[in-house]
Amino acid sequence: MTPPRGFRVFRAVLLLAFAAYFFVPLLAMFDFSTQVRGSAPGRTWDNWTFMFTDEDLRSSIVASLLLALFTVVLMVALLVPTMVWVRLRVPRVSRLIEFLCLLPLTIPALVIVVGITNVYSWVTYVLGDSPLVLTFAYVVLVLPYSYRAIDASLSAIDVATLSEAARSLGASWFTVIVRIVLPNITGGVLGAAFISVALVLGEYVFASLLHFDTLPVAMAALYKNNGPAAMAAALASMILVALFLIGLTFLSRDRHKLGASS
Amino acid sequence: MTEQTVDRGLAVELSDLTRVYGDVKALDGLTLHIVPGELVALLGPSGCGKTTALRILAGLDHATSGTVSVGGKDLTKVPASKRDMGMVFQAYSLFPHMTVIDNVAFGLKMRGRDGAARRTRAGDMLDLVGLGEHADRYAHQLSGGQQQRVALARALAIEPSVLLLDEPLSALDAKVRVQLRDEIRRVQIEVGTTTLFVTHDQEEALAVADRVGVMNAGRLEQLAPPAELYSAPASRFVGEFVGLSNRLPAEVRDGVAAVMGREVPVLPGSATGSGHALVRPESVSVVADPAGPATVTTVMFLGPLSRVTCTLADGTLVVAQLASSDALRLQPGDAVRLEVAPAPVLVVA
Amino acid sequence: MVGAFQDEAGRLTLGNLDALTSDAAVTALKGSLILSASTALIGAVLGALLAYLIVSMSPQSLMRRATLAVSGVLAQFGGVVLAFAWIATIGPVGVVTKAIMDLTGANLYGSGWLFGLPGLVVVYCYFQIPLMVIVFAPAFEGLRPQWREAAVNLGASTWDYWRHVALPLLTPAFLGALLLLFANAFAAYATAAVLVSQGQPIVPLLIRQAITSEVLLGQANVGFALALEMIVVVTVVMVAYNLLLRRTSRWMR
Repeated sequence: MTPPRGFRVFRAVLLLAFAAYFFVPLLAMFDFSTQVRGSAPGRTWDNWTFMFTDEDLRSSIVASLLLALFTVVLMVALLVPTMVWVRLRVPRVSRLIEFLCLLPLTIPALVIVVGITNVYSWVTYVLGDSPLVLTFAYVVLVLPYSYRAIDASLSAIDVATLSEAARSLGASWFTVIVRIVLPNITGGVLGAAFISVALVLGEYVFASLLHFDTLPVAMAALYKNNGPAAMAAALASMILVALFLIGLTFLSRDRHKLGASS
Repeated sequence: MTEQTVDRGLAVELSDLTRVYGDVKALDGLTLHIVPGELVALLGPSGCGKTTALRILAGLDHATSGTVSVGGKDLTKVPASKRDMGMVFQAYSLFPHMTVIDNVAFGLKMRGRDGAARRTRAGDMLDLVGLGEHADRYAHQLSGGQQQRVALARALAIEPSVLLLDEPLSALDAKVRVQLRDEIRRVQIEVGTTTLFVTHDQEEALAVADRVGVMNAGRLEQLAPPAELYSAPASRFVGEFVGLSNRLPAEVRDGVAAVMGREVPVLPGSATGSGHALVRPESVSVVADPAGPATVTTVMFLGPLSRVTCTLADGTLVVAQLASSDALRLQPGDAVRLEVAPAPVLVVA
Repeated sequence: MVGAFQDEAGRLTLGNLDALTSDAAVTALKGSLILSASTALIGAVLGALLAYLIVSMSPQSLMRRATLAVSGVLAQFGGVVLAFAWIATIGPVGVVTKAIMDLTGANLYGSGWLFGLPGLVVVYCYFQIPLMVIVFAPAFEGLRPQWREAAVNLGASTWDYWRHVALPLLTPAFLGALLLLFANAFAAYATAAVLVSQGQPIVPLLIRQAITSEVLLGQANVGFALALEMIVVVTVVMVAYNLLLRRTSRWMR
């Protein structure tokens, strides 16, 4: 069963080459982020603490984190009841919902931005120009990914039987969704939340073109006058996003395990 | 075509094969000789090494020690692709992107035959398994049973020196399984190819094979024609694995066993002194007798035959198989007398 | 999208579409197509190779799971951070640039190719290859071992197996992934926006210029026209995908 020795050496060499291509830029970024500004010799952590001391950068971090939170909350509040409802009561429109949810995936984000610039100039006029108004755009953006995560976990359980059982025991529809369905799709909802956070924290297209100061926009601006500090902030956000995405793969594996044993 | 293939069968010799995976011995000194044209079934529980034996013969696995030869030629070091063996897998082995006829012709293509010859031969093979009309379909358009027929045709198309069947029926419905089992035997006799058939289903093995080899823990326990395997098991494992047996207390003295008050001849390999005799249900007869020591517990109707379970005074359950006409006169709760037929039995300690 | 057919006063016009035939627009479209096609091809080939290396490891191996998880992360990794990472590596004072300068005296950075189309190709591959890995690894996993064994039994060499069995079976998935990668690169904006500050070598950057430009009034509708152009290209890709799929997978359900 084990592959021949020659192949294993060949594989190891190629994997190392790939690893170099993928990890050298990250290490280079780290190297850059510990350099003293102005190419002076020596190493420093100042660039890493900069993100907590600089007022502009800090407010953009707060804005991005809040955006991520609001996006997740709104996404779950919209998507879960709709998807459960469609599954239970109007399965006819499930194809339509799927199509609508996956639509943003096929249209380039840039095109969406172009399309909604006018809408947003009106939105900011009504709701003020806090970056948090981006929540609405981001919910659309994360829709395809969240939809698939939640749909997968909904398919894994028999929603119809579960809710019929609960209804026959006297539960209201609200109770069915909150107490019966939600606990059974926690994995999927959590996965949807993780990928949403990851996407929102790195999103640049909407924020930059609609002129909101989120973390990526602030980083890009900062780079022009303080490269190392921008690198440090970028690396920090990258690590945060990576943690969320790796958490996601662990979630999906646990789900597979559950599926295999049942 | 059949004229020239009938005597094509070659002798297969597996000698002292051992296969060790890590610290598990999958095969432990297996020696098996198959005579030309014969169909031998390897039967045993999962993990007994039967599939490993077949894969080593095919060249898909290699033995830790021991040799494989076919028609007197040592194949131990020959790669699988040069062994000329046709193999039918458990399921889903047809190439899904090829039509049925292309699947069957694949081996001929690998042998560099020209297109027309390939099509003719592949068509003949499909006719042989009764699927000539499905030549241009894809695998997913066929039922499970049809797919396995195509796999059989594909394996035979290359005129293999040996035909290998690796649980070819286990993924099929019961009814199709019986049909295809008989079909495989018919085709095998027609082409005369030496065949190794691996299965965990004893009914299948007993029905199609010239000889059945029962395997346990990497060893061959017994190799014998089906009837002999059933009536004269050589070991406790074979006796208990093949067919249904009652374990009845017995005393062996001078080659004769006393079982439930009857004297019964014993088979070679039996224990001496007190032990348990393995008695087939059809060797037990049930006689209504108000003074009898046993009580009828259940009567199960199986068509022409019925299975009657009785309880002895000490709680031992005894299963008997009788003609339904006799069995239907019995009711649960009836007192009965049990009699053991004088067929030879194996007595185990 | 109606904006593509309106002038500044909102009257219907096809004038904005004329902007698509200007030199800048044609160059940008060409640049976008070259960038998307080359990174899709490189990403697909190298990604398929990497996927094969990963899948050839035992399913329980930690290495296999780790590489798949890392691929999942890197495939989502684009935009500002990615641009920074490459500037830090092979930018004018990048780590690798300096190392090569010290070792051989050659200037890897040269005349700034990183900030033009060639640089985008290198940088885009950074997310294209991992994307290919996660999209294509399941196709390799779907190759049943019995197919290989059946082929070998019927006399096929390793080469025959790949030529007649594995490659035809993988083709539909490969083409699908190729087009997905193309669309992915075509739509990508953030990385290029940070990396490229001069010139508009690709359509998304031309759109940026059109909609952020305060100098040239009336450019917003040209932005609409360019966005429409992107939709057309993406639609063509999707249609091509479906046609290809139908042709190459007659044998599937």
